[in-house]
Amino acid sequence: MAVSKPTRITNSIRSLRFAHGEMTQAQLAERIGVTRQTIIAIEQGRYSPSLEMAFQIAQVFKMPLDEVFQYPDGEGGPR
Amino acid sequence: MSYEEKRTWVYLVASTAAYAVYLAIVLGQVASTAVAQVPYVSVLLWTTGASIAGSIVGRVVVETASPSDSRRVDARDKEISRFGEYASRWFVIAGAAAGLVMAMAKWDYFWIVNVIYLGFVLWAVVGSVLKLVAYRRGL
Repeated sequence: MAVSKPTRITNSIRSLRFAHGEMTQAQLAERIGVTRQTIIAIEQGRYSPSLEMAFQIAQVFKMPLDEVFQYPDGEGGPR
Repeated sequence: MSYEEKRTWVYLVASTAAYAVYLAIVLGQVASTAVAQVPYVSVLLWTTGASIAGSIVGRVVVETASPSDSRRVDARDKEISRFGEYASRWFVIAGAAAGLVMAMAKWDYFWIVNVIYLGFVLWAVVGSVLKLVAYRRGL
């Protein structure tokens, strides 16, 4: 369970919402079955969604996963 | 604030208040009465019952004053709940272990019950605080 620090994953959800008819956080939350507070936490980088939830969000915007979520270079390489 | 976060706040306040009342009543009697004669059982049961009732009433009052968008419990709520329970479970284990040792050493029931009760209270309070920190600062 990754609980020691907020996620390094960044995302473009906020700008994508505006690009998709100014979708509200509540509307996005309803589409993927979470609370509005969870969408806020994801947008602010305070919560890293599961892979499944990330795919659900990307599907709402009809975008590839890596255009919705980004991870800094050099953080995920083999150790 | 989500429904689950509000629920955690209510639980924290009810648990803390109930234990504070219990301590105030029981410790007041310990000062003037032999421990074996302190009627702590009824106080413990009443304050525990009041804590449960207070949590239920508190949730109704909070939801009436500030209705939540929904009462859905989502993946984040579940992760935060698991995190809080996992991290605070040591207090229950420590309370139970201490109670076991004290029983083997033939301590008075008063102290055994109270150390176990303290373990439960710390589990509830620390777990709630950790969950609220996770809601605010992130997992």
